[in-house]
Amino acid sequence: MAMTVTRPGPAAKTAPAGEPRRARNFRSRVLVPYSMLAPGIVLFLVFMAAPIVYTLVLSFQKKKVSGLGLGKGSQSQVFAGLDNYISSLTDPEFTASVLRVLLYGVILIPLMLGFALLFALLLDSRRTRAGNFSRTAIFLPYAVPAVISSLLWGFLYLPGVSPFHFLARQMGLELPSLLDPNLVTFAICNIALWGGVGFNMIVMYTSLKAVPSEIYEAAKLDGCSEIQTALRIKIPIIAPSLVMTALFSMIATLQVFAEPTTLRPLANSLSTSWSPLMLVYRDAFTRNDVFSAAATSIVIAAATFLISFLFLRIVQKRAFGQEN
Amino acid sequence: MSTTATRPMAVRAQASRDTGTREKPSFLSTGILILGALYCLFPVFWVLAAASKDGTELFSTFTLAPSTHLWDNIVELTAYRDGLFWRWMLNTALYAGIGAVVSTWVSALSGYVLAKFDFPGKNGIFKVLLMGVLVPGVILAIPQYLMLAQAGLTNTYWSVLLPQIISPYGIYLARIYAAASVPGDVIEAARTEGAREMYIFNRIATPMMLPGLVTIFLFQFVAIWNNFMLPYIMLGDDHLFPITVGLNGLLNQGASAPALYTLVLAGALLSIIPLVIMFLFLQRYWRVDLAAGAVKA
Repeated sequence: MAMTVTRPGPAAKTAPAGEPRRARNFRSRVLVPYSMLAPGIVLFLVFMAAPIVYTLVLSFQKKKVSGLGLGKGSQSQVFAGLDNYISSLTDPEFTASVLRVLLYGVILIPLMLGFALLFALLLDSRRTRAGNFSRTAIFLPYAVPAVISSLLWGFLYLPGVSPFHFLARQMGLELPSLLDPNLVTFAICNIALWGGVGFNMIVMYTSLKAVPSEIYEAAKLDGCSEIQTALRIKIPIIAPSLVMTALFSMIATLQVFAEPTTLRPLANSLSTSWSPLMLVYRDAFTRNDVFSAAATSIVIAAATFLISFLFLRIVQKRAFGQEN
Repeated sequence: MSTTATRPMAVRAQASRDTGTREKPSFLSTGILILGALYCLFPVFWVLAAASKDGTELFSTFTLAPSTHLWDNIVELTAYRDGLFWRWMLNTALYAGIGAVVSTWVSALSGYVLAKFDFPGKNGIFKVLLMGVLVPGVILAIPQYLMLAQAGLTNTYWSVLLPQIISPYGIYLARIYAAASVPGDVIEAARTEGAREMYIFNRIATPMMLPGLVTIFLFQFVAIWNNFMLPYIMLGDDHLFPITVGLNGLLNQGASAPALYTLVLAGALLSIIPLVIMFLFLQRYWRVDLAAGAVKA
């Protein structure tokens, strides 16, 4: 696979003795680092920058005569101005999917980060036993891809399979199915919680481990209880980690796709436009309308950036730019 | 979580274990953690039982009661369309394994240069890269599909491998590891000896960064293995599918042919086993090295 990258052989050679000083300087100051960065820069331009630009271009176009070709039918593309954006933003299906995902995020993120923090603090507490077992077990779902975790939980939600429904039936009760239209958001939240809590716990726990113990010593001398230490010292110290996990969780929430897509065969209540990304997928590949799909993509990306920047501004940009 | 708990004086866990002065265990905090652990293990236990049932038992017997058909299900899954399932497993190993190795190499090289060289445009490149961390990656999938379609590369291994090599977060982590673990003096000394820059990177810097690179590799491996949308969009030929797209398709067919459900569940069980084993073996890399990346981030 190393054929995708080239060794910057010539540029890295030491300059011949007779070469002018300026040329040598240029070679070591500019040519060498840039040739070593070339694989990264080229891949970034081709697979990140160009797609973004391409999406922008597509989002301002529309088909004049409805052709069949996705990419090659370019002869019928005309400038559309903001039409795609307007129809995307006023599409009730889009608004509905955004509201669903907002509700999903509002339920999921506090629960996931709250449990992650609780577990991390408990792991860090010296009075907790079986820490290795619990840490491994809680982190394990991170190894299970979203498709497979959705598949497992999807079966577990079926009233004929679920042990909770079984127990309820034994007691003469009938529980509502989590796959019902009203409850399916909670069903998806649970899958994401299961898959995400361990990873966030590990990030927070490693931050806690890095705190020098002298701080706790001082706190103890001052008569801090363990809960006070956790609330007043540990949580503020690992705040950068909390900011980072919150940010990444928000970005992931906006992009939820695999879980609802996998649940669909088991839950009729999930529409093909349940999340914004599912809507984008449906527009692009089922309806062959890449132009509105592009506009919707840009709206989602812009919203992601806006939320990220607002969030980082609110927490005073503590998450990034301090690594030195 | 009791308020009477006290912290040890100077050194934490390690030292006190040596001297045997462990604090009184808290049942509450241990209990909460064990509950969390059971919640996380529950679907895994369930699929162990469910994969051993035949089609009728799946919906008729108690859900956590194992049966005796595990081997039959695996045989049947293996027979399904001439072993297509194992082809999916192999494809997944290929996408995630090769993709993560190349990605780690590119991230390491870029991160090393950004940490250890001083050149015009460096800060600009790093800032653009940080923005890249925030770009919702899945949103790139549709334009990537259109571009690769024009290059005639969709529905090939390349269409899943190539877009996932670039990882701004990997480069960001590699920069942190390089800054922390490769001393500038060592690079200078090697240059004075006349070593080429790529030799210095491959033979001197890479070994120093190795524990951090294992973490980047694991991150990328999980990211690729977890990425559903990209192969879902790129691939039409089910012989190229990774396990996730394959099982999703099988589950979809199961909606009209419930006999496939037992195959789906056996497949889900078999597909998580290798990853779980890998996790248990490489767990210490998550613990040790996330600290270097996460704490400073």
